[in-house]
Amino acid sequence: MQSHFLVLLVAIPLIAAPVCVLIKSRALVWALVSVVSGICFLLSVKLLILVSTSETALTYAIGFWDAPVGIQYRLDMVAAIVAFIVSLIAFIVALYSRVSLKDEIKAEKIPLFYSAYLLCLTGLLGITVTGDAFNLFVFMEISSLASYALISMGKNRAALISSFRYLIMGTIGATFLLIGIGLMYAHTGTLNMTDLAQRLPALLGKQSVQVSLAFIVIGLAIKSALFPVHIWLPGAYTHAPISVSAFLAGTATKVSIYALIRFLFTVFDQTYAVSKAHLGPAFIILAVVAMLFGSILALKQDNLKRMLAYSSIAQIGYLFLGIGLFSVSGLSATITHIFNHAIIKTTLFLVLGCMIYKLGHAQLSQLNGIGKRMPWTTAAFVIAGLSLIGVPLTAGFTSKWALVSATLEQEYLILTALIMFTSLLAIVYIWRVVEAAYFKEHETKTTTVKEAPLALLIPLWMLVILNIYFGIDTTINIEFARQAADSLFGS
Amino acid sequence: MNHHIVLRVVAKLLIPSILLFALYTQFHGDYGPGGGFQAGVIYTAAFILHTLVFGLENTKKIISPTLVQVLSAVGVILYASVGFASIFLGGNFLEYGALIPSALPHAANPGGQHLGILLVELGVGITVSSVILSIFYNFAAEDDSDIEADGIPNEKGKHE
Amino acid sequence: MKILGLFNYWMVILLMLVGLYMVIASSNLVKKIVGLNLFQASVFILYISLGKILGGTAPIFLKNAPDTVYSNPLPHVLILTAIVVGVAMTSLGLALIIRIRKAYGTIEEDEILEIENKQQ
Repeated sequence: MQSHFLVLLVAIPLIAAPVCVLIKSRALVWALVSVVSGICFLLSVKLLILVSTSETALTYAIGFWDAPVGIQYRLDMVAAIVAFIVSLIAFIVALYSRVSLKDEIKAEKIPLFYSAYLLCLTGLLGITVTGDAFNLFVFMEISSLASYALISMGKNRAALISSFRYLIMGTIGATFLLIGIGLMYAHTGTLNMTDLAQRLPALLGKQSVQVSLAFIVIGLAIKSALFPVHIWLPGAYTHAPISVSAFLAGTATKVSIYALIRFLFTVFDQTYAVSKAHLGPAFIILAVVAMLFGSILALKQDNLKRMLAYSSIAQIGYLFLGIGLFSVSGLSATITHIFNHAIIKTTLFLVLGCMIYKLGHAQLSQLNGIGKRMPWTTAAFVIAGLSLIGVPLTAGFTSKWALVSATLEQEYLILTALIMFTSLLAIVYIWRVVEAAYFKEHETKTTTVKEAPLALLIPLWMLVILNIYFGIDTTINIEFARQAADSLFGS
Repeated sequence: MNHHIVLRVVAKLLIPSILLFALYTQFHGDYGPGGGFQAGVIYTAAFILHTLVFGLENTKKIISPTLVQVLSAVGVILYASVGFASIFLGGNFLEYGALIPSALPHAANPGGQHLGILLVELGVGITVSSVILSIFYNFAAEDDSDIEADGIPNEKGKHE
Repeated sequence: MKILGLFNYWMVILLMLVGLYMVIASSNLVKKIVGLNLFQASVFILYISLGKILGGTAPIFLKNAPDTVYSNPLPHVLILTAIVVGVAMTSLGLALIIRIRKAYGTIEEDEILEIENKQQ
């Protein structure tokens, strides 16, 4: 059975998604989704252990049609890390969603919501395990279409227009990816990534192969919300139901960046991407603008969901900065940060979920004195906020450290300074919340508010503890990330 | 539509043959051009024709929106179950050859290959036809007279 | 003659640009979806052109003619999947537009923006 784990990771949520539509009971659907995402999490843990102990990547031939003819699933270290974090976040958000959805979605829509949730999970896990370029496109569209539907279920009518904007941008991005894959196929006659990697180096001089790289990079940059093409992100995260914001903020953009890493380092030659396509400086410049732009706009927001969305844009800047350095330590910093940021941002969104559940909003100006009323929720915000800033003993510190040492290694002192500066900005926007919560007199409106129910607090604190755990035990987010980066550069 | 006798007679003639052609496309798919996608869409075309001639309410009596929703889930479950069945019978996911026991190697087992592709395409056909029909139902049922509670009709909306 | 020989690729580029322009320039949401469909259709034609072999017949195996030339079926199958994705995208987009029309009373993006800005 162990040999089938790779495909079960995708097939189990896939078959559970339509089952959700058939069940009418809300509690039963929630139980099914929790169990399914829990099984996915256990599978991904097992796969991570298997990958870390074996020399080569795990492979699986769908229908026993061997690569390059059939679709091959292939799991190496970086894929295993991303699959682990995606299924972890999916599991915890699923546990959390039972109570938080009550106020946000009509009861009869709940089974359909969970069906879309599982389809989104199927797509995201599919992207990480597949070794076939076209299959990656299909899974990306499965997850994107499901996430457009999830976002549009937000309470506010602005959710509809945000979802529509995401749909337009997302479809353009996916179609760009499709063009890129088509042009690669036209030259090589294969869609298998390992096979492409062998055949492409001889063809790199051809213009249409170069154009295909451009299409793929731009398409995936739209999907991962890199600076100039990020405009879908703030609206989508602000107006979606809070469980959806938390889930997507932790997984969707990260998985797109994983796909970009896959194409740049496995399919294309990274030396080509640096020396001929000059992607390094382009990524670094856009990343720096994203870091500054996102952090500065986050300072101005009153709606905390929107503040976290802009903070996400800044964090995506860090991720692209690591890729843009095109060094082993830069890439491993990116992988570390994919892992850490998924945990941090999901924790922060879940905190907002508790506040919205109790107060009906997450407006900073009306949160005065909330620290005394909801001590556990606010404490979770403080710890996750410290992790976002990068204080030692939190997960966020490991990624900041990795990123800073990667920039120092190549003596880009200005980049080091910019990372420090944007971390200072993060301190400021996290501090605004802390100040309101603890140091301002509470208003009459919030005096009757009590702590959020345990059904919300337990999943939230599971993530908070992970924030600290991964700051101390860095096996996965530092050592495994390093191994992953090594093997990506070695290939 | 009651007085359009020509339309009604022609529709009554056409609908069974469209359904039959869809079934042919579906089950002849592993020998010639065809398969679940095409068959599903052709199958639904018959229902859409029925709606255009006899009205939405009458079509909903034949196949209710709830049934359509259930069928769209059943098709996907059928597809994925074939995959799981082949794992339990000792093959890889979606390895059709494992579905029927045979002395031959899986890839050369014609019975299993036929059964597998037939079931998978049936799943695709059921899902495609019911999803297209449910899209059609949802769009056909919409009228823009009611404005949702949180929506504020603007000036332009009022004048219309 | 080489330029005319690549006629289908020129059409791909033309359709792609027209589609993208429609998405960017029109403020009507339905027109945006139409533009997106044109853009995707151009990619479909690109893939279908890739699979066509001059003189090749439909890829159905003929027993008695061993040296028949067949067109490559793989890109056609791939694009069938992409077409289905396109259909899903279109219906989701149109469903969103219907709900937007109900919620805002308009499907012009600039008017929706105005309503949103007024509220804030």
